[in-house]
Amino acid sequence: MAASPDSVTPNKGGFRTWLNKRLPVDEFMESQLTGYFAPKNFNIWYFFGSLALMVFVIQILSGIFLTMHYKPSEAMAFDSVEYIMREVEWGWLIRYMHSTGASFFFIVVYLHMFRALMYGSYREPRELLWIFGMLLYLALMAEAFMGYVLPWGNMSYWGAQVIVNLFGTIPAIGPAIVEWIRGDYGIADSTLNRFFALHVIAVPFAIAFLVLMHLVALRQTGSNNPDGIEIKAKLNEQGKPVDGIPFHPYYTVKDVVGVGVFLLFFCGVLFFVPTFGGLFLEKPNFEPANALSTPDHIAPVWYFTAFYAMLRAVPDQQMGALLMLLAIVVLFFLPWLDKSPVKSIRYKGWMSKLALTLFAISFVVLSYLGLQPAEGIYVVLTRIFTALYFAFFILMPVYTKLETCQAPPERVTYHA
Amino acid sequence: MSDDTVSADADNSRRKFLTMATAATAAVGGAFTLVPFIASWKPSERARALGAPLEIDLSKLEPGQMITQSWRKQPIYVVRRTPESVAKLESIPDLKDPQSEASTQPAYAQNAMRSIKPDFLVLYAACTHLGCLPKQYFTQADPAMGDDWPGGFFCPCHGSKFDLAGRVFNGSPASANLVVPPHKFASDTQLVIGLDADASEGVA
Repeated sequence: MAASPDSVTPNKGGFRTWLNKRLPVDEFMESQLTGYFAPKNFNIWYFFGSLALMVFVIQILSGIFLTMHYKPSEAMAFDSVEYIMREVEWGWLIRYMHSTGASFFFIVVYLHMFRALMYGSYREPRELLWIFGMLLYLALMAEAFMGYVLPWGNMSYWGAQVIVNLFGTIPAIGPAIVEWIRGDYGIADSTLNRFFALHVIAVPFAIAFLVLMHLVALRQTGSNNPDGIEIKAKLNEQGKPVDGIPFHPYYTVKDVVGVGVFLLFFCGVLFFVPTFGGLFLEKPNFEPANALSTPDHIAPVWYFTAFYAMLRAVPDQQMGALLMLLAIVVLFFLPWLDKSPVKSIRYKGWMSKLALTLFAISFVVLSYLGLQPAEGIYVVLTRIFTALYFAFFILMPVYTKLETCQAPPERVTYHA
Repeated sequence: MSDDTVSADADNSRRKFLTMATAATAAVGGAFTLVPFIASWKPSERARALGAPLEIDLSKLEPGQMITQSWRKQPIYVVRRTPESVAKLESIPDLKDPQSEASTQPAYAQNAMRSIKPDFLVLYAACTHLGCLPKQYFTQADPAMGDDWPGGFFCPCHGSKFDLAGRVFNGSPASANLVVPPHKFASDTQLVIGLDADASEGVA
């Protein structure tokens, strides 16, 4: 063996040295985990990022096993899902894991987004981090919608009908686009088959890529924290933030505890109320798709109902669809709408606190209203809360400038 | 690129042009490669063949009745209106588009009845709002619809209301009347969906 300078003492370090010469394992651990410093004042709201990642893994794993039994055709889809539920060993568990996982994905993501709203995590320099997060949210919505079509129940069918027809409201090219998406003159086998392909391959790839970008952008700027101050502003002699602690082991261990608590809730639903009274899996979806019978009351799954309520609140289809689109698009502009001198809600004035509270209430109420029939008092309430939802964004440049804020502390603080 | 890697007599502008030209050619080729993939999403030959015109026998359809048939994956409503409801159609208030000017129907159905024959109404059974099936509420002053209800359709999804010519009422989320598909009568009782009454040579 030729003696190169590196192999003078060939046994030193053993396997680990051998490995690291070929794969930068230690370097990666150091730069991304043990040497990556996160603010030491994270609270309970900071669990939801890692939980979202874990739910993604649950969905991928349970999804892979579902594809082993599921048949993506008009003739067989519904029966193959019933087959999974009744005849495949533990099939019911894997299927309910996937359907419960979908709802928990949105619960976790909504809490994660609310955290960003509270502590100003979308503010400079984290605008791109926020935008990658929003793109993830969009991809997740597409993934959830197409996944809901696959069991080919009656709500799957009519949900697909309503959502695909939204594209028909695009002026001039709308009808052609709708036909192109469906691949037929109605929601058909071709639609189901391509949604399957997108649901199991294309969108999960996009989500995985966006998760990577989200994390790379996070590593670049570092995490925000409940005080909304930059820990990089105060460094010790080693050049590390004095208010930071290494992500590993401190936050990995903390997150594992979070996972444990999360799984208590997740498994509680999974084992005892997997359909959650028709909220996680709607009752009409236990009947096969029927092009000749609309369910009496069409509502999407709960995580879309706030936007669905807005769609119905407008007595014009194009404006309704546009309003629903705007409700999501406006979130992308949040980093530039907030003109406050401070990031965290802790130091903002009463107007921001009120606005955020009203916004959160509006979202919850709209989600409820989207589940109700579109008539009478429900329509009136939907219009009021839709206005409140948009007021949060439209008035943000005004109230964040008008109000008096407290000065944030120099160093991070702790609250119980 | 540092200067010492480029020989003194290199023609940099020529080099830059060739690089750009190569990249542009590749981009055009790449764009054309997308065509088959995008086009593969369009309805296939089979789907198009299954979308051929549909014949419906109307001899058993009594006044006041409706049948639902499927054409091109979409349910089609064929309603035989009663003489009373036909008479009432002339004077229905509160419609968004009473003359069907902003709605979709073949030219031969753009009239007060929105039909070729006054008693037979042919409609796509898809709400123009977002495609749900409007339900039939043909009874005048149906208790569920109120005293002034003239008879028509109600969409359970988002609450759009239509009269017995498929015309949308004010206050509905739908903004256009129900769509009339191309159709013609091969004989008095033989309806053909998918062929036009005037120009019988093709599907609209």
